[in-house]
Amino acid sequence: MIWWAVLGAGIGCYLLKLVGLSVPARVLGNPLVARIADLIPVALLAALVTVQVLAAPEGRALTLDGRVLALGVAVLLLLARAPFLVVVFGSAVAAALVRLL
Amino acid sequence: MSGEEVRRAVVRDSLGVAIATGTYGLSFGAVGVASGLDVAQTCALSLVMFTGASQFALVGVLGSGGTPLAGALTALLLGTRNTLYGLRMAPLLGYRGWRRLAAAQVLIDESTAMSVTRPDRSLARTGFLTTGLTIFALWNLTTLVGAVAGEQLGDPKDLGLDAAVGAAFLALLWPRLSTPVLRVTAVLAALVAAGAVTVTPAGVPVLVAAGVAVLVAALAPRPARQPEDAP
Repeated sequence: MIWWAVLGAGIGCYLLKLVGLSVPARVLGNPLVARIADLIPVALLAALVTVQVLAAPEGRALTLDGRVLALGVAVLLLLARAPFLVVVFGSAVAAALVRLL
Repeated sequence: MSGEEVRRAVVRDSLGVAIATGTYGLSFGAVGVASGLDVAQTCALSLVMFTGASQFALVGVLGSGGTPLAGALTALLLGTRNTLYGLRMAPLLGYRGWRRLAAAQVLIDESTAMSVTRPDRSLARTGFLTTGLTIFALWNLTTLVGAVAGEQLGDPKDLGLDAAVGAAFLALLWPRLSTPVLRVTAVLAALVAAGAVTVTPAGVPVLVAAGVAVLVAALAPRPARQPEDAP
Protein backbone atom coordinates (compact mmCIF):
# COMPACT_ATOMS: atom_id res chain seq x y z
CA MET A 1 0.00 0.00 0.00
CA ILE A 2 2.81 2.41 0.81
CA TRP A 3 4.35 1.82 -2.61
CA TRP A 4 1.01 2.64 -4.26
CA ALA A 5 0.80 5.91 -2.32
CA VAL A 6 4.44 6.78 -3.13
CA LEU A 7 4.14 6.12 -6.85
CA GLY A 8 0.53 7.24 -7.29
CA ALA A 9 1.02 10.56 -5.51
CA GLY A 10 4.47 10.96 -7.10
CA ILE A 11 3.15 10.59 -10.64
CA GLY A 12 0.13 12.72 -9.73
CA CYS A 13 2.41 15.53 -8.53
CA TYR A 14 4.38 15.32 -11.79
CA LEU A 15 1.17 15.57 -13.81
CA LEU A 16 0.10 18.63 -11.78
CA LYS A 17 3.34 20.33 -12.85
CA LEU A 18 2.93 19.24 -16.49
CA VAL A 19 -0.67 20.48 -16.65
CA GLY A 20 0.48 23.91 -15.50
CA LEU A 21 3.05 24.11 -18.29
CA SER A 22 0.59 22.79 -20.87
CA VAL A 23 -2.86 24.34 -20.52
CA PRO A 24 -3.69 27.91 -21.58
CA ALA A 25 -3.62 30.25 -18.58
CA ARG A 26 -7.30 31.20 -18.99
CA VAL A 27 -8.40 27.62 -18.16
CA LEU A 28 -7.45 28.14 -14.52
CA GLY A 29 -7.93 31.90 -14.62
CA ASN A 30 -11.02 31.94 -12.39
CA PRO A 31 -10.08 34.36 -9.57
CA LEU A 32 -11.70 32.23 -6.87
CA VAL A 33 -9.77 29.14 -7.98
CA ALA A 34 -6.55 31.16 -7.99
CA ARG A 35 -7.24 32.48 -4.46
CA ILE A 36 -8.01 29.00 -3.13
CA ALA A 37 -4.83 27.66 -4.70
CA ASP A 38 -2.85 30.47 -3.06
CA LEU A 39 -4.23 29.63 0.38
CA ILE A 40 -4.12 25.83 0.23
CA PRO A 41 -0.38 25.43 0.95
CA VAL A 42 -0.65 27.70 4.00
CA ALA A 43 -3.75 25.91 5.35
CA LEU A 44 -2.27 22.44 4.83
CA LEU A 45 1.15 23.28 6.26
CA ALA A 46 -0.41 24.93 9.33
CA ALA A 47 -2.60 21.85 9.84
CA LEU A 48 0.39 19.54 9.40
CA VAL A 49 2.37 21.46 12.04
CA THR A 50 -0.55 21.18 14.47
CA VAL A 51 -1.16 17.48 13.92
CA GLN A 52 2.53 16.58 14.04
CA VAL A 53 3.04 18.42 17.32
CA LEU A 54 -0.25 18.01 19.20
CA ALA A 55 -1.90 14.73 18.10
CA ALA A 56 -1.44 11.96 20.66
CA PRO A 57 0.54 9.02 19.21
CA GLU A 58 -2.35 6.64 20.02
CA GLY A 59 -4.76 8.86 18.07
CA ARG A 60 -7.99 10.87 18.52
CA ALA A 61 -6.67 13.10 21.31
CA LEU A 62 -4.39 16.10 21.79
CA THR A 63 -1.38 15.93 24.05
CA LEU A 64 1.44 18.22 25.20
CA ASP A 65 4.89 16.61 25.29
CA GLY A 66 8.46 17.22 24.17
CA ARG A 67 7.30 17.93 20.63
CA VAL A 68 5.80 21.28 21.71
CA LEU A 69 9.10 22.33 23.22
CA ALA A 70 10.87 21.21 20.05
CA LEU A 71 8.50 23.39 18.01
CA GLY A 72 9.23 26.32 20.32
CA VAL A 73 12.93 25.85 19.59
CA ALA A 74 12.08 25.82 15.87
CA VAL A 75 10.21 29.14 16.25
CA LEU A 76 13.21 30.72 17.98
CA LEU A 77 15.55 29.45 15.27
CA LEU A 78 13.25 30.77 12.53
CA LEU A 79 13.07 34.17 14.27
CA ALA A 80 16.88 34.13 14.30
CA ARG A 81 16.76 33.43 10.53
CA ALA A 82 18.54 30.09 10.88
CA PRO A 83 18.74 27.96 7.71
CA PHE A 84 16.22 25.15 7.13
CA LEU A 85 18.52 22.30 8.17
CA VAL A 86 19.49 24.04 11.41
CA VAL A 87 15.80 24.55 12.26
CA VAL A 88 14.91 20.90 11.61
CA PHE A 89 17.86 19.23 13.29
CA GLY A 90 18.01 21.82 16.10
CA SER A 91 14.41 20.96 16.88
CA ALA A 92 15.23 17.23 16.83
CA VAL A 93 18.12 17.76 19.24
CA ALA A 94 15.81 19.69 21.60
CA ALA A 95 13.28 16.83 21.61
CA ALA A 96 16.00 14.24 22.16
CA LEU A 97 17.45 16.22 25.08
CA VAL A 98 14.04 16.65 26.74
CA ARG A 99 13.49 12.90 26.55
CA LEU A 100 16.86 12.21 28.13
CA LEU A 101 15.96 14.31 31.16
CA MET B 1 26.97 44.56 -17.38
CA SER B 2 27.49 42.73 -20.66
CA GLY B 3 25.15 39.90 -21.67
CA GLU B 4 27.68 37.30 -20.62
CA GLU B 5 28.15 38.91 -17.19
CA VAL B 6 24.40 39.04 -16.65
CA ARG B 7 24.15 35.35 -17.51
CA ARG B 8 26.95 34.48 -15.11
CA ALA B 9 25.22 36.44 -12.34
CA VAL B 10 22.00 34.48 -12.95
CA VAL B 11 23.91 31.19 -12.79
CA ARG B 12 25.69 32.25 -9.60
CA ASP B 13 22.47 33.30 -7.83
CA SER B 14 20.69 30.15 -8.97
CA LEU B 15 23.49 27.90 -7.74
CA GLY B 16 23.44 29.62 -4.34
CA VAL B 17 19.72 28.96 -3.89
CA ALA B 18 20.02 25.45 -5.32
CA ILE B 19 22.87 24.34 -3.07
CA ALA B 20 21.14 25.67 0.05
CA THR B 21 17.86 23.97 -0.91
CA GLY B 22 19.32 20.73 -2.24
CA THR B 23 20.78 19.86 1.13
CA TYR B 24 17.30 19.84 2.77
CA GLY B 25 17.16 16.35 1.29
CA LEU B 26 19.24 15.20 4.27
CA SER B 27 16.37 15.99 6.62
CA PHE B 28 13.79 14.52 4.26
CA GLY B 29 15.72 11.24 4.00
CA ALA B 30 16.10 10.97 7.76
CA VAL B 31 12.45 11.84 8.40
CA GLY B 32 11.27 9.44 5.67
CA VAL B 33 12.80 6.35 7.25
CA ALA B 34 11.83 7.60 10.72
CA SER B 35 8.21 7.67 9.52
CA GLY B 36 8.28 4.00 8.56
CA LEU B 37 9.20 4.10 4.87
CA ASP B 38 12.17 2.07 3.70
CA VAL B 39 15.16 3.63 1.97
CA ALA B 40 13.88 2.72 -1.52
CA GLN B 41 10.46 4.29 -0.91
CA THR B 42 12.03 7.43 0.54
CA CYS B 43 14.35 7.77 -2.47
CA ALA B 44 11.50 7.03 -4.91
CA LEU B 45 9.59 10.00 -3.50
CA SER B 46 12.50 12.34 -4.16
CA LEU B 47 12.96 10.98 -7.69
CA VAL B 48 9.33 10.83 -8.83
CA MET B 49 7.41 13.34 -6.68
CA PHE B 50 10.28 15.85 -6.33
CA THR B 51 8.43 18.63 -4.53
CA GLY B 52 9.54 18.99 -0.93
CA ALA B 53 6.38 20.03 0.92
CA SER B 54 4.36 17.20 -0.67
CA GLN B 55 7.06 14.68 0.19
CA PHE B 56 7.22 15.80 3.82
CA ALA B 57 3.41 15.72 3.93
CA LEU B 58 3.15 12.15 2.68
CA VAL B 59 5.70 10.78 5.15
CA GLY B 60 4.35 12.99 7.96
CA VAL B 61 0.79 11.70 7.56
CA LEU B 62 2.00 8.08 7.32
CA GLY B 63 4.31 8.54 10.31
CA SER B 64 1.49 9.86 12.48
CA GLY B 65 -0.71 6.88 11.69
CA GLY B 66 -2.70 8.18 8.71
CA THR B 67 -3.65 5.92 5.81
CA PRO B 68 -1.59 5.89 2.59
CA LEU B 69 -4.64 7.36 0.82
CA ALA B 70 -4.85 10.33 3.22
CA GLY B 71 -1.10 10.86 2.81
CA ALA B 72 -1.34 10.74 -0.98
CA LEU B 73 -4.27 13.19 -1.08
CA THR B 74 -2.45 15.67 1.18
CA ALA B 75 0.64 15.46 -1.04
CA LEU B 76 -1.45 16.04 -4.18
CA LEU B 77 -3.27 19.05 -2.67
CA LEU B 78 0.07 20.62 -1.77
CA GLY B 79 1.30 19.84 -5.29
CA THR B 80 -1.41 21.99 -6.88
CA ARG B 81 0.66 25.13 -6.31
CA ASN B 82 3.15 23.82 -8.89
CA THR B 83 0.31 23.92 -11.44
CA LEU B 84 0.00 27.66 -10.82
CA TYR B 85 3.76 28.10 -11.20
CA GLY B 86 3.47 26.26 -14.53
CA LEU B 87 0.76 28.58 -15.77
CA ARG B 88 2.96 31.58 -15.02
CA MET B 89 6.16 29.99 -16.37
CA ALA B 90 4.83 28.43 -19.60
CA PRO B 91 4.88 31.58 -21.77
CA LEU B 92 8.20 32.67 -20.29
CA LEU B 93 10.03 29.37 -20.84
CA GLY B 94 8.30 28.45 -24.12
CA TYR B 95 9.20 24.74 -23.95
CA ARG B 96 7.52 22.24 -26.30
CA GLY B 97 7.60 18.47 -26.82
CA TRP B 98 10.09 16.41 -24.80
CA ARG B 99 11.69 19.55 -23.36
CA ARG B 100 8.38 20.43 -21.73
CA LEU B 101 7.99 16.88 -20.36
CA ALA B 102 11.47 17.11 -18.81
CA ALA B 103 11.10 20.70 -17.58
CA ALA B 104 7.87 19.82 -15.75
CA GLN B 105 9.76 17.57 -13.33
CA VAL B 106 11.96 20.42 -12.08
CA LEU B 107 9.09 22.96 -11.87
CA ILE B 108 9.21 23.72 -8.13
CA ASP B 109 9.18 26.71 -5.75
CA GLU B 110 12.84 27.59 -6.17
CA SER B 111 13.24 27.09 -9.94
CA THR B 112 10.18 29.31 -10.45
CA ALA B 113 11.47 31.98 -8.08
CA MET B 114 14.89 32.11 -9.76
CA SER B 115 13.36 32.39 -13.24
CA VAL B 116 10.10 34.31 -13.11
CA THR B 117 11.67 37.77 -12.77
CA ARG B 118 14.14 37.45 -15.68
CA PRO B 119 13.76 39.96 -18.51
CA ASP B 120 13.93 37.50 -21.42
CA ARG B 121 13.42 33.83 -22.31
CA SER B 122 17.08 32.93 -22.50
CA LEU B 123 17.86 34.22 -18.99
CA ALA B 124 14.63 32.73 -17.65
CA ARG B 125 15.65 29.31 -18.97
CA THR B 126 19.15 29.72 -17.52
CA GLY B 127 17.75 30.48 -14.06
CA PHE B 128 15.13 27.74 -14.27
CA LEU B 129 17.45 24.97 -15.48
CA THR B 130 20.43 25.87 -13.29
CA THR B 131 18.25 25.93 -10.18
CA GLY B 132 15.99 23.00 -11.06
CA LEU B 133 18.65 20.55 -12.25
CA THR B 134 21.11 21.35 -9.46
CA ILE B 135 18.42 20.88 -6.80
CA PHE B 136 17.24 17.66 -8.48
CA ALA B 137 20.73 16.16 -8.36
CA LEU B 138 21.53 17.32 -4.81
CA TRP B 139 18.07 16.55 -3.40
CA ASN B 140 18.19 12.95 -4.57
CA LEU B 141 21.76 12.46 -3.40
CA THR B 142 21.14 13.95 0.05
CA THR B 143 17.85 12.04 0.42
CA LEU B 144 19.78 8.79 -0.03
CA VAL B 145 22.45 9.89 2.47
CA GLY B 146 19.83 11.03 5.01
CA ALA B 147 17.77 7.85 4.63
CA VAL B 148 20.73 5.49 5.00
CA ALA B 149 22.08 7.48 7.95
CA GLY B 150 18.63 7.63 9.57
CA GLU B 151 18.29 3.88 9.26
CA GLN B 152 21.68 3.26 10.90
CA LEU B 153 21.07 5.66 13.76
CA GLY B 154 18.49 3.65 15.65
CA ASP B 155 15.12 4.58 17.14
CA PRO B 156 13.95 7.87 15.58
CA LYS B 157 12.16 8.82 18.82
CA ASP B 158 15.43 8.76 20.76
CA LEU B 159 16.90 11.10 18.15
CA GLY B 160 13.92 13.45 18.29
CA LEU B 161 13.31 12.99 14.58
CA ASP B 162 9.55 12.59 15.09
CA ALA B 163 9.52 16.08 16.61
CA ALA B 164 11.60 17.43 13.73
CA VAL B 165 8.76 16.78 11.25
CA GLY B 166 6.69 19.56 12.84
CA ALA B 167 9.71 21.87 12.64
CA ALA B 168 10.13 21.04 8.94
CA PHE B 169 6.50 21.96 8.21
CA LEU B 170 6.84 25.17 10.21
CA ALA B 171 10.00 26.11 8.30
CA LEU B 172 8.16 25.53 5.01
CA LEU B 173 5.18 27.56 6.25
CA TRP B 174 7.12 30.49 7.76
CA PRO B 175 8.09 32.40 4.57
CA ARG B 176 4.53 32.06 3.22
CA LEU B 177 2.89 34.05 6.05
CA SER B 178 3.40 37.32 4.20
CA THR B 179 -0.11 38.87 4.39
CA PRO B 180 -2.82 39.11 7.11
CA VAL B 181 -5.15 36.86 5.07
CA LEU B 182 -2.47 34.17 4.89
CA ARG B 183 -1.77 34.43 8.63
CA VAL B 184 -5.48 34.20 9.49
CA THR B 185 -5.78 31.19 7.19
CA ALA B 186 -2.88 29.49 8.97
CA VAL B 187 -4.33 30.07 12.46
CA LEU B 188 -7.83 28.91 11.44
CA ALA B 189 -6.45 25.82 9.70
CA ALA B 190 -4.40 24.94 12.79
CA LEU B 191 -7.48 25.29 15.04
CA VAL B 192 -9.69 23.25 12.69
CA ALA B 193 -7.05 20.53 12.43
CA ALA B 194 -6.63 20.41 16.23
CA GLY B 195 -10.39 20.04 16.65
CA ALA B 196 -10.62 17.41 13.94
CA VAL B 197 -7.87 15.31 15.57
CA THR B 198 -10.28 14.35 18.34
CA VAL B 199 -13.10 13.19 16.06
CA THR B 200 -11.57 11.84 12.83
CA PRO B 201 -8.99 9.15 12.00
CA ALA B 202 -5.33 10.18 11.63
CA GLY B 203 -4.59 11.91 8.34
CA VAL B 204 -8.10 13.31 7.91
CA PRO B 205 -7.64 16.48 10.04
CA VAL B 206 -5.16 17.89 7.53
CA LEU B 207 -7.56 17.32 4.64
CA VAL B 208 -10.40 18.93 6.61
CA ALA B 209 -8.19 21.98 7.12
CA ALA B 210 -7.96 22.41 3.34
CA GLY B 211 -11.60 23.48 3.61
CA VAL B 212 -10.40 26.54 5.52
CA ALA B 213 -8.55 27.67 2.39
CA VAL B 214 -11.77 27.39 0.39
CA LEU B 215 -13.82 29.29 3.00
CA VAL B 216 -11.29 32.09 3.48
CA ALA B 217 -10.88 32.49 -0.28
CA ALA B 218 -14.65 32.80 -0.68
CA LEU B 219 -15.31 35.08 2.30
CA ALA B 220 -12.25 37.33 2.78
CA PRO B 221 -12.27 40.80 1.25
CA ARG B 222 -10.31 40.51 -1.94
CA PRO B 223 -7.23 42.70 -2.34
CA ALA B 224 -5.97 43.38 -5.83
CA ARG B 225 -3.73 40.44 -6.70
CA GLN B 226 -0.14 41.48 -7.11
CA PRO B 227 1.28 39.90 -10.24
CA GLU B 228 4.80 39.87 -8.81
CA ASP B 229 4.02 38.05 -5.54
CA ALA B 230 6.78 35.60 -4.81
CA PRO B 231 6.04 31.91 -5.43
